[in-house]
Order: sequence, then structure tokens, then C-alpha cells
Amino acid sequence: MGKQTRRDFLKVSAALGGTVAGLSALSPKEAKAADMKNLSEDRMGVLVDTTVCIGCRRCEWMCKKTHGYDAGDIETYSDEEVFNKMRRPHNEGYTVVNRYDNPDQPYHPINVKVQCMHCDQPACVSACIVGAFSKKEDGSVIWDTGMCIGCRYCMVACPFQIPTFEYDKAIEPDIRKCDFCHERTAEGLLPGCVEICPVEALTYGKRRDLIAIAEKRMELYPDRYINKIYGHTEVGGTSWMYMASRDFHEFDFPKLKNNPAPGVSESIQHGIFAYFVPPIALYALLGGIMWVSKNKEKKHGEDE
Amino acid sequence: MEHNLQPIPVKHKYFTPGVIFIAIIAAIGMTFLLGRFLFGLGAVTNLDNFYPWGIWIGLDVAAGVALAAGGFTTAALGHIWHRDKYEVLVRPALLTALLGYTFVAFGVFTDIGRWYYIWHPLIMWNGNSALFEVGICVMFYLTVLYIEFLPMVTERFMGKVNLPGFLKAFNKIVDKILHVLDRTLNKVMWIFIIAGVVLSCLHQSSLGTLMIIAGEKMHPLWQTPVLPLLFLLSAFSVGFPMVIMESLTASKSFGMKPEKEVLTSLSRFVGPLLGVYLAAKLGDMFIRESFVYLAEINTASIMFTVEMVIGVIIPLRMFLSPAVRENTTGLYIASMLVIFGVLLNRFNNFVIAYDPPYTDASYFPSVGEIFVTLGFVALEILLYRAFVMIFPIISQPVKGAIQKAKYAIKGA
Repeated sequence: MGKQTRRDFLKVSAALGGTVAGLSALSPKEAKAADMKNLSEDRMGVLVDTTVCIGCRRCEWMCKKTHGYDAGDIETYSDEEVFNKMRRPHNEGYTVVNRYDNPDQPYHPINVKVQCMHCDQPACVSACIVGAFSKKEDGSVIWDTGMCIGCRYCMVACPFQIPTFEYDKAIEPDIRKCDFCHERTAEGLLPGCVEICPVEALTYGKRRDLIAIAEKRMELYPDRYINKIYGHTEVGGTSWMYMASRDFHEFDFPKLKNNPAPGVSESIQHGIFAYFVPPIALYALLGGIMWVSKNKEKKHGEDE
Repeated sequence: MEHNLQPIPVKHKYFTPGVIFIAIIAAIGMTFLLGRFLFGLGAVTNLDNFYPWGIWIGLDVAAGVALAAGGFTTAALGHIWHRDKYEVLVRPALLTALLGYTFVAFGVFTDIGRWYYIWHPLIMWNGNSALFEVGICVMFYLTVLYIEFLPMVTERFMGKVNLPGFLKAFNKIVDKILHVLDRTLNKVMWIFIIAGVVLSCLHQSSLGTLMIIAGEKMHPLWQTPVLPLLFLLSAFSVGFPMVIMESLTASKSFGMKPEKEVLTSLSRFVGPLLGVYLAAKLGDMFIRESFVYLAEINTASIMFTVEMVIGVIIPLRMFLSPAVRENTTGLYIASMLVIFGVLLNRFNNFVIAYDPPYTDASYFPSVGEIFVTLGFVALEILLYRAFVMIFPIISQPVKGAIQKAKYAIKGA
């Protein structure tokens, strides 16, 4: 009895081995290589200088206006009451500004604009079940609403927790997020928020130029900035990057490592399926076992 | 004794007080479900932009897929390894898998915002997405399950087709179709049996890949690159306990003698399978040194401990004990613990472990969400009861009957 159990067990393990063989072949190197090849060296980005931002929230107004939402009167945006609560981007406003105390200069609070970071290797693009999300050559991460099935896996995947969903709609609920004003920039215009910013806290340009600008600023004003560009290397790099006077974690930026946003999920996925070899091998293995055990059964029958 | 067992439709009254109670739960659940389709996800669920997935994905889908594992593990044992002794369990297990996956599909259908686009993944492919893989495999496997079930339909109605009213004219042709199906299925069934097992291995593991992409948002007690392996191993472990639990429940409910000998024999496999799962889980924990998170007492560490101790370690010990395996009550309790463990594991992975960086309040399922989930389970039980009373699924002693060898999913 016991001997038989062990033999069954070994067979089960053998079958299992087939399925997971792909997994053992994984290496972090593969994960890093994913999808980098399609990115243009000239892709665009925005540098957000939080030491310059005055918290006027005109970017919020312009964003709503650009995307066809009721933006209301721009004067109402000077109401500073809203800073009492931390806010997140929502269905009808793809960017918000939050305010933080500044212990160094109490009269100059720090304002931080929040929107989609437009990752170079976006988790949402990797996750989307129907491939509705895509990373464009200009750096923007956009999505095709018509394909969306509303599964919200992009929201689970996004390391910055950006996409939002219209939970109150029974028919055609949308996923919403900053689209980098993809349509405006295609026509040669600036993204809405960048255009309206009265203090040039936002700089639109080629991503590599922005990094050079940021490095120059940090070099010229070492007292003004900490020596870090958030988004330069986080999750493999993002199109939107930030400069600040204090540690980014004080401003609720998520602590992220430098490996790409989809993590190891893609390499695992490709490991299990690697050219359909593991599934076919498993099929063949099981077929073999079926055939052998069937014949054995027949022989048993004859013996009896 | 075994030689005069034969699957035949169960003869029993359908409605009992217990069944009426279950029907009421189902009705309440379906009422809330109607609300979801009329007024949107926000009206019935507590989901929001911080917590996009709740128990409909964590329990109805993720746990549902795992608990339907009895179908493929039993099919592998009975048909691929040709252990004819377990033949009597294959049909009930197949039915559970069939109903389980059907309700997984309903669960997905309920949870996605644009349910009328559920067919999109069939033509819009994203091979990088773990969800795509799970979706496609589940669709294919569901089809395979319905094909595997066909022989029970042919067996039940072949030569007995008797359509009412004007449909009488079709009696002959339907019977003819059934005969053709029966002959063809017999020859090709092995293709689907193996495909079912392969597809199950694939999507059971990919289900584990699903949350990996959440990265730092997932608690380190659960977040690990070997999640696909852990999900596959736990699915292997829960398959037989599900079959045992259902068999014992069904025989109790219909006042039949439990198939104790077969179940005891089947339960021998559970201990080693659970042992492998536990070893993988502990090994991963020590390699990643995630055990440090158990030192702090919080929801995550408590849930993890409950999952491991009550859901894995205690039933493992029970299944290794011959005394428990020989005892119907012991077998039932041990099986329930494994089922609870896997249920909790999926819930933990998808709900408890998910810790978004920005939140208003933590997620707790709404009354509507809970009732829809309970309603689905209730409907499943009601359908199971109806199916075993219509189709030849549960084996019962029949005078002079000879059990068929080879693929038992085969017509008369």
C-alpha cells in the first residue's frame, strides 16, 4: 500500500515538473529586457519642480477643460480649503495638487502635483487583458476605451495607483487617467497643465534633456534640491519626473525599486508558455502515462 | 461490492426544508445581482478606486477556480493513471468542476464593468497579461468540461428521447444525433481528458501570477515570484478533499451509504500533496525571509497564521493519520479544513494582501457583495442536486450491474 502511494506521488511530481520547468528558467535579466526596444530615444516627458509650484491649481482647471469636463470658474481654484485633505486623481480630473508642510520654511509649503507618471514599461500595458493600453512613441501611455471590458486589472497593477473607474455607471463605465494630452501634443501644442502653469513648475521636453536640466539644477542649487530625480529610475523610468527639496517619501511618493513596473509577471508568463513547449510537453507526458497505465490495466485484467 | 455499483439518477424528493432555505439565499443573492446590473458596480459593492477588486474576484473567481480542482485531479487519477477503483468518483467530480467553472464565469461576468464585452479577450489578445491567460484557459477548459459531460447526456437519453407536443417529430433525429455523439465521443474523449488536465495546470498556476504585478502593493507574506507554483500545488491538494466532502455530503443528503472504502483510499494522496505544498510555502518563506512579518501582530500576520495552521498543518496531520482516514467524521472534518485553507489562501492573496499606498478606509465587502457570493454558492448546490437527480452521476448499488472499465465517461 505504502509503496504504491510513493510511486503515485513520484508520478504526480513528474507531471508537475513539466509545468514548472519553465519557471526555473526565469532570470531577472529577461524581465529587464522586456519591451524596451520600442521606446524612442526622443520620447517626451515633463519635469515637475515641486520647489517652484505655488499650488494655484490652474493645472487642475485646465486639465478638466481640456478633457471636456465641467471645470467651473477658475477663480474658485484659489480656495485653499481643499488642501486640508489629501486628494487623488479622479474620473473627472486627471490631476490634483496636494499641499505639505515645509519645516524648513513654514511660510512656503510644498505643493505636489499628482497625475499618471507614464512609465517607460507600464504595468497597465502589461496587465490589460485585451491590450487596450499602449505606450506611444512620444512617451504617453494611452488606452482604447472601446476595447476595455472594465476588469480593473490595470488599477490592481499600477504601482502609482492612478487609473480610476466609473463605479456609478451601469453601462459603458470608463477607466480614466491622465493621457499626457496625447491629442494636443500630436498637434504641436503643450499638455494643458504645462501650458497654463504660471510659474513654469512644469517643463515639457525630451526626456533625456529633462534629466540633463534637472541634473544641472541640482548642481547649481545644492541647497534647494535633494540629489534625486524621482522617476528617473523608479520602476524602470517614467516620463514624468520630479525634483524636491526634501525626501520624496514625505510627499507620499510610493517607495519603488528600479525593476520594471510589470515586475517578474511577464517573464513568469513567458516561462510557463515558452513557445508552447511546456504545455505540449505536459500533454505528451500525460498521454504517455495514460497509454502505459491503460496497457498495464489490461495485463492486470488478463492475470486475474 | 464495487462490481455492482453503477451511476444512475438519484431518486429523491427535490425540496426539503434545507433546500428551501438554500433557495431563499439564492433568491436574495439574485436580487442584489439585479441591482448591480441595473445601477452599476458602485451601487451594490464597496469597491472604489483604492480597492478595485473585492470578494467577487477573490472568492467567486479565484477560490472558485481552486475548489473546482477536484475535476481535473480526479480525472487524472481515474482516466490517465487508470485507477478504475476511483471511477465512481469521476462523474461527481466532473459535475462539480462543470458547475464550479460555470459560476466562475458568472463571477467574472458580474465583476467586470462592461460585461457585454466579455468576448473581447477571444479576439483581442495580450499574451503578456496573466489575466488574459487565465481567461482564455478557463474559457477553453469550460468547453472541455461540457464535452466531457456529454456522455452522461447521451447515456441518459439515448433510446429514451421523448420530446413533448409538436417536438415529437424530432424524436428520431435527436436520438440519431445522440447515437453519433456517443460513438464519436468514445473514440476522441482521451484528447479532451488530457487537454482538461493540461489547461487546468496552466490556469491554476497563472491564477497565482495574477497578483504578482501588484508588486509592492501586495503584502510580503504573500508576494513571491513562486506564487504560480504555490497556487498549482494548493490546487492539487484541495482537489481530493473537495471530492471527499461532496461525496459525503451527497450521500448524507440523499440517505445513501457513503462510499467509505474508496474515499479512505483516495484520502491517502492528500497528506503527501499537502506536505509538498507546505514545504514549498515554508521554503519560500525562509528564502525570502518573509517570516519577519509574523513578528508583528496585525491583520496580515493573523490571517496568514490562521491560513497555515488551520488550513494546512492541522489537516496535514489528520490526513497522515490512518485512524482519521478510516473514520467518516474525521475524513469530513479534515477535508473541510483543507477547503477552508485554500479558500482563505485565495481570499488572503486577493483581498487581505492587497495594500494600496493611498486609501480612505480599508475594504470590507458590502451586504450586496456577500449575498451575491452566497447566492452563487446556493445556486450551485441547487443545480448539483437537480443534475444528480436527472443524470447518471452518483454510483449506486444495482443488482446484477457490471461496472464498465476504461473511460467511464461513455455512453451505454
